[in-house]
Amino acid sequence: MEFIQPGSLAEALAAKAARPDAVPIAGGTDVMVELNFARQRPEALLDLTRVPELSGWRSENGRLRVAAGVTYAELTGERGSQSADDGLSRRLPGLAIAARTIGSPQIRNRGTIGGNLGSASPAGDCHPGLLAADAEVEAASVRGTRLIPIDEFFTGVKRNALAPDELITAVWIGAPSGPEQFAKIGTRNAMVIAVAAFGLALHSDRRSVGTGIGSAAPTPVRASQADAFLAAALEDGGLWESRGELPEPVVTEFGALVSAAARPIDDVRGTAAYRRHALAVLARRTLTWAWAEYRERGTGQGLAEVGA
Amino acid sequence: MIRVTATINGVRHEADDVWPGESLLYVLRERMGLPGSKNACEQGECGSCTVYLDGVPVCACLVAAGQAQGREIVTVEGLAREQDGELHPVQQAFIEAGAVQCGFCTPGLLVAAHDLLARDPDPADADVREALAGNLCRCTGYEKILEAVRLAGTRLREAGPPAGGGGLPGG
Repeated sequence: MEFIQPGSLAEALAAKAARPDAVPIAGGTDVMVELNFARQRPEALLDLTRVPELSGWRSENGRLRVAAGVTYAELTGERGSQSADDGLSRRLPGLAIAARTIGSPQIRNRGTIGGNLGSASPAGDCHPGLLAADAEVEAASVRGTRLIPIDEFFTGVKRNALAPDELITAVWIGAPSGPEQFAKIGTRNAMVIAVAAFGLALHSDRRSVGTGIGSAAPTPVRASQADAFLAAALEDGGLWESRGELPEPVVTEFGALVSAAARPIDDVRGTAAYRRHALAVLARRTLTWAWAEYRERGTGQGLAEVGA
Repeated sequence: MIRVTATINGVRHEADDVWPGESLLYVLRERMGLPGSKNACEQGECGSCTVYLDGVPVCACLVAAGQAQGREIVTVEGLAREQDGELHPVQQAFIEAGAVQCGFCTPGLLVAAHDLLARDPDPADADVREALAGNLCRCTGYEKILEAVRLAGTRLREAGPPAGGGGLPGG
């Protein structure tokens, strides 16, 4: 096995073009498990931990560019150079909540957002929030750089839209204009692969709703009908302006539509029926939390101003 | 095969003919004579191989050998005082509180608890549980471990910050 250790993005892309079979490794939380258990014996490993262009984040025209090597611990604010006040966790609260549920401190210290996307597990914890936020994945190769809309990125179980010579370099996310939430079901609060997960974003600036379902379909998926239903209910009820209480039937129907959007299977972690049930609960719960936060904000001061 | 050179517990170590796909844990235990970090799950679930990598606790089983090239690593063997081998207050507290039974999880728990107390010498119980969530113990039921961390925290607060700042040995 060859070990390729580029010191710059240009070197990394050249290496991936020359050796498309090289398996990229960053935090190693997925790749090393495969190697330790001899499930995979790649011809080459491409170590991305010394590529400076893959670390850090910046704000650009109201959008955040989070480099692929940003760890879960940086997303939560547990580690990293930014203080909690102006750091990523405040700017991307939905992703911060999701990252907080991942693994353990040791795992969050190593695992990266780019690695989560690269593995493209249906249970990847970043994915529901990235779907809800309409993120784009920045992929680069020696041929150039392109942005892949998040809902075109996941192409199958642990498959993604990357070409063999491409590497994930960053994720682009619009600064949230309204509350974001995430919840997942597991047997404990740490070290859990989600049985079912759900991410929600209320885009109060454009009066739309974003959702993402995890662990309940071959890929992470949106609940598009639930998005449209809730956005219409909020619009028709004048609720974006009034910040009034959400009618109970709206909450219930939202949960039912989220549940209906899933395509779950029975597996060792849970049954399809349980996943459908759990998703309805998660959807109602996260909506209730997010709407309460929207009502509390009241003054119309959104996170967009923080993120700008 | 590659050569891996790293600073481990303040000392430069080198290993030749390392298979690039092997883990830092294997390199530490089998090539560098440092068996303190334990090999149990090999998938990041149990935390018994927890070491500091450039000052950050990680599972050594999930670090590829080549990724450790040139890095600073501190293992459980590096927690005691260098001059005289006096145990770190976290280690001493684990012994006194009865937080060690079979001992297999202990090295990882010591590193994780050491890191927690270096950042927050007076953690709430919930923070201790969170910090140790990635370290499994099948013997103690965790109560004595929590007690040990509380005891170590009390002693570290009484002793005040270590001279020279920081608290991380070897790095």
